[in-house]
Amino acid sequence: MTPQEIQTRLRGRFGEAVGPMADTRRDPFFTVGKGALLEVAAFLRDEPDLAMDALEDETALDWPQRNVLEVVLHLFSFTHRHGVTVKVEVDRAAPSLPTLTGVWRAAEWFEREVYDLFGVSFEGHPDLRRILLPDDWEGHPLRKDYREAGGWHGISNERENPLVELRRLDQKRRQENLP
Amino acid sequence: MEKLILRKIEAGREEMILNFGPQHPSTHGVINLLVETDGEVLRRAIPDVGYLHRGLEKIGEQVGYPGFMPFTDRIDYVAAMFPNEGWATAVERLLGIEAPPRAQWLRAISCELCRIASHLVSVGTMAMDIGAFTPMLHGIREREKVNDLLEALCGARLTYNYHRIGGVAFDLPEGWRDECLRFLDHFDAFLSEFDRLISWNELYVRRLAGIAVVSREQAISFGLSGPNLRGSGVDFDLRRDMPYGSWALPDFTKAVRLEVPVGKGFVGKTGDCFDRYYVRCLEMKVSARLVREALASIPEGEIAAKVPRKVKPEPGEVMSRIESARGEMAFYVVSDGTDKAYRVRVRTGSFTGMGIVEELSRGLMLADLVALIASLDVVAPEIDR
Repeated sequence: MTPQEIQTRLRGRFGEAVGPMADTRRDPFFTVGKGALLEVAAFLRDEPDLAMDALEDETALDWPQRNVLEVVLHLFSFTHRHGVTVKVEVDRAAPSLPTLTGVWRAAEWFEREVYDLFGVSFEGHPDLRRILLPDDWEGHPLRKDYREAGGWHGISNERENPLVELRRLDQKRRQENLP
Repeated sequence: MEKLILRKIEAGREEMILNFGPQHPSTHGVINLLVETDGEVLRRAIPDVGYLHRGLEKIGEQVGYPGFMPFTDRIDYVAAMFPNEGWATAVERLLGIEAPPRAQWLRAISCELCRIASHLVSVGTMAMDIGAFTPMLHGIREREKVNDLLEALCGARLTYNYHRIGGVAFDLPEGWRDECLRFLDHFDAFLSEFDRLISWNELYVRRLAGIAVVSREQAISFGLSGPNLRGSGVDFDLRRDMPYGSWALPDFTKAVRLEVPVGKGFVGKTGDCFDRYYVRCLEMKVSARLVREALASIPEGEIAAKVPRKVKPEPGEVMSRIESARGEMAFYVVSDGTDKAYRVRVRTGSFTGMGIVEELSRGLMLADLVALIASLDVVAPEIDR
């Protein structure tokens, strides 16, 4: 099935919870309401003519102007060899979403990464911890308004321009008349 | 992680909790595994990744589209041609341009050579992890020759930075084709020697057959891809089933014959460590033939399309997938119409591969955990990005 057909099929079942096909020049996608996400996901996986047995990727996009985070799901069916991109919008101030780990096991690590880098908390996730960054890291780096804190536990992330440093060393050597 | 250790000890359980890594040679890079053991038997192993996180996705939002190419090398430095190709094809799709045929063929040739190099490291280190040191040296020796070839092609041995948006950086140097064919002749003989040396060695087979079986359903649900997925008996290869780049060119697919080796329980059960291992051995054979066939009929012509000096795609998004040595590598790129990407997401095969370790580790022997990690062929930088 094409993404358009899949969207039409979902629309027939879930009505307004499934958004219209986005008008994009490249890869198409559609949005799903947060409340209907779990049902839509289970439906996509279990219906024989859809059979989306794989969660290929789960990530997020930050849109500060619209004050939303979009969680992006890329689904794929190995049975029918078709796929679809689904987006779910969550509030940027307190982003939360029901977990998809019950539907696709791959979501366990993907959701940990989204939690780590975007700060979306997934309700019901069995082990929601940071995955790439240290446990006591502050902030979520892939958000657009993230600012570096200037270091972590005394390890600075700022470095002098190496050329400036070399010049200073040269001057020091000249002053001390070293060879 | 520290909190987790404390919690376990406080609970007063009797099993031992060990840190396996992050500097352990068998973990294939800087990965830590928190291992709960009862003697030699594992309760479970909890992977703790992130030691090599360099924020490449964030960097992708800050440097321009062409400027991100050298960074992609660092996503997977054991097979750096693939992220190169993935990034180039993703941006080309965003821009709506296509690389000229000769460039596509050069990409395919360089990628297949790189696949050989990567799989040589994989099968070699796997044998070493099991306890056989010699095959690793044989593998590295052959990989050295591939590295020499790729160095002659693009000047770098590991981080190639060879592909460009709209083509490749260099054409084949003089005499390269003969040099490559000489290597391939030698390589075919090497593969059968390698099979005799280690693949069918009884000790080796018994260490791998029937260990850490991943069922077909499990593999799909956990999002495994590439050789790990095919090892579990799923006949799926992006090159054939969702063609991209050269694999979408009719001339190319007519000239080369792609076979997709699939695990079928060569000695044990379908989806065990040996299947994942042997699928890689068979893939090397296929890749060597693909290079030979592509070299025989590579077309003449340009190696780079005309690309505007400032790469500024129209707003939109693409999900561009390629078949890397470690499975599906997908670049999800969102453009907002400026010369920098709004979001770069890299989905890698090692990330999902590592995600299944905790599930499979329950009840394994400690020594088999090493075999499991080696058979999944995870590479730390690709997990952490």
